[in-house]
Amino acid sequence: MSTDESQNLVTLSIDGREIKAKGGELLIEAAEKSGVFIPRFCYHNRLPQVGVCRMCLVEVKGPRGFSLQPSCYLPVSEGMEVITQSEKVKKAQDGVLEFLLINHPLDCPTCDKGGECPLQDQTLTYGPGESRFAEEKRHWEKPIAISELVFLDRERCIQCDRCTRFADVVAGDALIEFIGRGDHTEVNVFPDRPFSSYFSGNTVQICPVGALTAAPYRFKARPWDLSQVESSCMACSMGCRIMVQSSQNGLTRYLGLDSDSVNHGWLCDKGRFGFEAINSADRVTSPMIRKGDSFVETSWASALSLIGSKIVDAKASGDPSRIGIMLGSRLTNEDIYAWVKLAKGVIGTDSVDSQLGDGLRGEVIAALPRATVNEAVSAKAVLAFTGDIKEEIPVLFLRLREAIRNGRTKLVTVGTRSSSLDKLSEVSARVTPDQARLLAMEVTKDSSKFPEISAVLSKQGVGADGEGLVVLLGRENLAWDQSIVEAFALELSRSLPKAKFLITLRGSNFSGAVDLGGVPRLLPGRSSLETATPVLRQKWANLPAQGGRGAKEMFNAALRGELDLLFLVGSDPRQDYLDSELANSALDNVGFVVSVDTYLSRSSSSADLVLPAAAFAEKAGTTTNLEGRVFTVNQKVTSPGLCRPDWTIASEIALELEEDLGFGSAEDILDEIAEVSPLHWGLSWHRLTKSAALDGVVVPITATALSIRPRAMLDQISTPGIASVWNQGLPSSKTSYFDDGTIEEPGSASQPPAQASVASVEPIWPVAPVQPLGTMRLGYSRKLYGQGEHLMNSPHLSKLIVEAKCRISSKTAKELGAEMGDSLRVADKAGGESLFELEIDDSVGDGIVELIRGSFSNPGFSPVRSDEAVNYVKVERA
Amino acid sequence: MSFFNPENLEKAQILVGLYPDKRSALIPLCHLAQSQHGHLSNEAMVEIAELVGVQPAEVYGTASFYDMLHTEEVGKYLVGVCTNVACLLSGGQELLEHASDVLGIPPGATTEDGKFTLEEVECVAHCDKAPCAQVNYRYFGPLTNGDFDQLVDDLKSDRLSDSVPPHGVLSRVFRDAPPMVPLEIIHQERRVMDEAKKARLAAQNPDAGGKQ
Amino acid sequence: MSTKIVTARVDIPNSHTLSVYLEQGGYQSLRKALLEMTPEAVQEEVTVSGMLGRGGAGFETGRKWSMLKQDLVRYLVVNGDESEPSTFKDHLLVENDPHQLVEGTLITAYAIGASRAFIYLRGEFALGLERVQSAINEAYAYGAIGRNIFGSGFSVDVVLQPGAGAYICGEETALIESLEGKRGFPRIKPPYFPAVIGLYGAPTIVNNVETMSNVPWIVKNGGRAFAAMGKGRSTGTRLFALSGDVMRPGNYELEMTSKTFRELIYDPDFGGGLKEGRSVKAVIPGGVSAPWIGPDNLDLPLGQDEVAQAGSMLGSGSIIVLDDHSCAVRAAWRITKFFNRESCGQCTPCREGSGWIEKIMHRIELGSGTESDLDLVLDACDNIAPGLTWPPQQTTICVLGPSIPSSVVSAIKMFRDEFMVHIKEEGCPFVH
Ligand SMILES: Cc1cc2nc3c(=O)[nH]c(=O)nc-3n(C[C@H](O)[C@H](O)[C@H](O)COP(=O)(O)O)c2cc1C
Ligand code: SF4
Ligand code: FES
Repeated sequence: MSTDESQNLVTLSIDGREIKAKGGELLIEAAEKSGVFIPRFCYHNRLPQVGVCRMCLVEVKGPRGFSLQPSCYLPVSEGMEVITQSEKVKKAQDGVLEFLLINHPLDCPTCDKGGECPLQDQTLTYGPGESRFAEEKRHWEKPIAISELVFLDRERCIQCDRCTRFADVVAGDALIEFIGRGDHTEVNVFPDRPFSSYFSGNTVQICPVGALTAAPYRFKARPWDLSQVESSCMACSMGCRIMVQSSQNGLTRYLGLDSDSVNHGWLCDKGRFGFEAINSADRVTSPMIRKGDSFVETSWASALSLIGSKIVDAKASGDPSRIGIMLGSRLTNEDIYAWVKLAKGVIGTDSVDSQLGDGLRGEVIAALPRATVNEAVSAKAVLAFTGDIKEEIPVLFLRLREAIRNGRTKLVTVGTRSSSLDKLSEVSARVTPDQARLLAMEVTKDSSKFPEISAVLSKQGVGADGEGLVVLLGRENLAWDQSIVEAFALELSRSLPKAKFLITLRGSNFSGAVDLGGVPRLLPGRSSLETATPVLRQKWANLPAQGGRGAKEMFNAALRGELDLLFLVGSDPRQDYLDSELANSALDNVGFVVSVDTYLSRSSSSADLVLPAAAFAEKAGTTTNLEGRVFTVNQKVTSPGLCRPDWTIASEIALELEEDLGFGSAEDILDEIAEVSPLHWGLSWHRLTKSAALDGVVVPITATALSIRPRAMLDQISTPGIASVWNQGLPSSKTSYFDDGTIEEPGSASQPPAQASVASVEPIWPVAPVQPLGTMRLGYSRKLYGQGEHLMNSPHLSKLIVEAKCRISSKTAKELGAEMGDSLRVADKAGGESLFELEIDDSVGDGIVELIRGSFSNPGFSPVRSDEAVNYVKVERA
Repeated sequence: MSFFNPENLEKAQILVGLYPDKRSALIPLCHLAQSQHGHLSNEAMVEIAELVGVQPAEVYGTASFYDMLHTEEVGKYLVGVCTNVACLLSGGQELLEHASDVLGIPPGATTEDGKFTLEEVECVAHCDKAPCAQVNYRYFGPLTNGDFDQLVDDLKSDRLSDSVPPHGVLSRVFRDAPPMVPLEIIHQERRVMDEAKKARLAAQNPDAGGKQ
Repeated sequence: MSTKIVTARVDIPNSHTLSVYLEQGGYQSLRKALLEMTPEAVQEEVTVSGMLGRGGAGFETGRKWSMLKQDLVRYLVVNGDESEPSTFKDHLLVENDPHQLVEGTLITAYAIGASRAFIYLRGEFALGLERVQSAINEAYAYGAIGRNIFGSGFSVDVVLQPGAGAYICGEETALIESLEGKRGFPRIKPPYFPAVIGLYGAPTIVNNVETMSNVPWIVKNGGRAFAAMGKGRSTGTRLFALSGDVMRPGNYELEMTSKTFRELIYDPDFGGGLKEGRSVKAVIPGGVSAPWIGPDNLDLPLGQDEVAQAGSMLGSGSIIVLDDHSCAVRAAWRITKFFNRESCGQCTPCREGSGWIEKIMHRIELGSGTESDLDLVLDACDNIAPGLTWPPQQTTICVLGPSIPSSVVSAIKMFRDEFMVHIKEEGCPFVH
């Protein structure tokens, strides 16, 4: 406990025992921390409390003696006297339970919640309740689907206001509400308007009864059949902490764990329900080699030996950079490390990239001072120049939204398009590349050309050196080349050296890739090829002599016939690379393509050799989230068929080359990472699991990053069964929610390792082309449910995939003579065309056309060209 | 296409401007919609949501709390018979049964011709005239069965249309003056309101913070 | 004949119009307050008057005003939701003397420094809404509302807000929620009293229509004159709404404590007695939230503390008489049904308990109850209002909860025999 907390302690007595608690803390929390669990239904530590269920009544002494008070609503104060165990309390609580059961159906055997239901649990220990109610229960139509993902059974609802509060207060999607009054109150949606929130699954998780159930989990399993392991979601770079549950070797459910630093217990639906993809019957389960137009299965041994000989052949030319590796976002830190070691330490090629044109250069990311999520949401001010966070990193959006609503920080947004952030922003400014440059150079100066932004920053007390400012940096408009964003960030960091950056790229573990050398010119620990540490040189015998190629350069090399062998490790450039025209023609021109994949994606289905990889939850390891926080990722199920973890595949390829990468398990790899990477010094598997790693560990490790605060991970009321699952059969036990262990501070890394600074990377402002006559500026962005194998292989999520869309303002539409619903033809620079149904949207600037990324009617259409700093397209009525 | 006709849209805008927080106009707007349409249609709720800046579900959730806001169709005359205790003692329950017989519908139902909806209502603050009834919130009492039959007759033949306008029309007097209090005061009000809201959220949710 | 304060004008033709009101000396108190008195002086008169709020809780008005947190923005909300069964006094005042209400509202707004006043009127008062809106319109035109009223420099707007049919919105915090355009859920308290955090988070005074209607008189005649009427804490006059089994139900404005229940019921000028040959079986004073009193209490004076000492409350000033031909079980059941229909549904004991108790009571009334049902009902009541004491304790957020047991418990305690007859004879012995 830090000193400022201990100063504010009060003493109170609970059942005659004196305890200390933080002044102002709610009685229900203070009691729980002291080991007294007060039953509750409506109270949830991440929601504003409403005190409606009345289950948490306890006796509190007031001026007129003891009276019953809701402990979830009462802040503790000095000298408070509380009784939680009296007859009176017991009677009131039993009374509430009995009242709740009056109208609650007895369908536990067919209820998903059966086995982990507080109502059920407490009724078992409570005798007369049921029999005293002889009247007819309230009836509602049994479950109704309120969205593709959520079913609602109103008979079971106990009106705790958790889902409705969450939807309104936390998610900002007040799409479900209490309807009616008194004992006719139901939760429902507006007629014909589904509960289409990205966060709907959270309502299912926090529902204390079986009123809200998730379509992907319905009737899948019973809590007592489940086993579980803690992990981190890898659907985006937030790395939300989750509990992965399975039954009979099939994944059944993810639950959000309450990590203070990361997700506060929330998940987005894409992450939560993505487990369906892993259970998919369409997984690649055996190595396959191309024979003409189709694949035939082959053995691991012959596949590996074929790869071995391809590497030898390619190297024979004397230029190891004729071998390239593209790493995808499925990979754990250990996978990345193994493949990077194979490439840079064994083969000797530096042509390794983990970003498909939609990221930022590794050197830039490495050079910018990094902010944590908690630093961002409590910064004096936040400046966002990033893709729409709600669409790309949804739970970060929740964190930011909450902080802004509670007045903890203020947001300024710059960019080219409107986004969900606008509603949260004090100022949203639309900029051109030139203006972005000006902004970066003088935002806090008196002469600033952006007085509204400067005013917010100075009112918030941001220093002239950027002190107190956190920048959310991502790809705001995919039609702008990344170099503009990079130059902006570098320039800004030079003029505001104290400003910190949170890189808001959405790809899972992009951060681990940068930290571990999964990008050209960098090595583990973010050192450059030249500054490799002696330990690293010793372990990596074959370091490349010169910098290699990134994705774009590899494609260009392929077009020139200079790429003999390309490994796509969980990477699908045909689908994901922005300039799909370039990616497609380049891949057609590579000598030999090896794809390590979980499904036959667009890219792997045209590869020469496909190797089956273990998916999420089928392997152990660690991942790094966007703020550099390392967490464990754990194995829950075994892979189907012959799938293998990506890192083992790298090891075995090395063996084909008669090299030994030197590790036999993910733990070994982490140990080696901790040995060779100054960023990761002090990290170990033991450490991560010892702390239950709920909050993970931010690299570079400092002493503070290791302090652990005890906190419940899961709300015991909505998922009490979790405890019995946890203990496999033991009845609910509170202690397992807490981790009160401490970790000794690492001696080695009290001094953060030397890092690249912005001074070493030059901002290079690309010259934006003059807008060609007859073209429109392009806005290009992603939606949460865009394309991707992950979504397409999830039966429920796949129903939510959005179409590619095209939006223009009404003024622009008038100029084109087009109306809502008309068909528009959009032509890219190379003449590729696609048709769109027009949506008119006045949040789009005049003269701009906004495209939502998705499947285009013509796969050859590629509105973004990798050689353009800013992209323009032709638009006309079809 | 707007749900409100031009005249009502103008009134709607005045209503929205009466309060420091637009949402306060929600219930008055629901009444306005009912005066135009007899009941509160989905279309009306969507438009009200837009006018006060909330989700349609919030309008629905709020409106459904109140007995006078009907999201289902209602007859031209909403006949409410009180059976609460003062009326009960004077024969309110029996009057309701009689009303049900005369209109040929149980409480809660609407006659086929759409003319009458019958309701059993709680005390309408007319207890000195018990047993009493209200038609579109205009009071009648004390009522014998015969009085009630006469009332129904009068309504059927629209003889009472001056004193009993169709369901939905509540007050036929609209506010003349827009608010006159200086703008600065209103701005002040809004500032205080915003701050109070934030303070409340922060106080209610002290734990949900980024600390580390 | 005692002095009439709030009903002095109600019988004059067109008493609701500005012209009649002005003829009768209307808006002179507002002039006096604005032009001759400081806000503190007005507050002082009201404090001296000792007037208890007329909405039901009976809190001293002057003291409530003095608790108002002195933030920049403050509001006044007038509670005209009157829906407590058998209460129809505000109904009379809003229809027949709306200008008196408006004037009282304006004086109060001045006294407490409100930046805006809202009159929340029960939605079902269609005529009342028209009358009050007309009065407001007239008052604007007359210069009594708006900017720089009567040249005093004081400005305030008055907004009429219609309710939409929900008893609970009479509870002051539910009313505030409703006024904010939300479901009428009472706010959980403590710690929030409207005088500290009310409408839009700003300090707010909520007062009843009758309370407001007394204010012009107090300003005109002085708080002392008001306090000279009545006894003890019960000062001034009160409107008693008499209904049920009496010959002359109606509103009677009486000096407080000057008459007893018996006098009110039997005096030919007031209740005029019961039907030939009948006697009083029970009286429900103060609205249906109040416990019943028996014939043995008929000689209690109509005063706040006097009724409280007898284990009930004067509440909203409504008085229902049950004679010996009326069924206590049926009356108690019907009251439970009311609370069940009007529970906001927020908190469990009230939402579920009200329905359960109503069902059992109905069953007993219809003849299918058992003796053990009585204990069951009492136990369920105990789970809403632990101990079944008066004033009640509660497991609920607002006091609607503990109002549910009042009638049920009174009826069972006072008329257990009658319940037993229902149970044994499998039906109600009374003819309706
Ligand atoms: C369930 C409930 C219903 C109420 N209904 C009314 C009402 O209809 N009118 C009213 O003036 N006060 C009502 N009150 C009392 C108000 O909460 C509040 O005390 C009163 O308006 C204050 O005004 P006063 O001080 O002038 O009496 C009700 C209280 C409760 C708990
Ligand atoms: S006691 Fe009843 S009316 Fe009051 S808040 Fe609770 S549920 Fe609502
Ligand atoms: S009232 Fe406290 S947990 Fe519900």
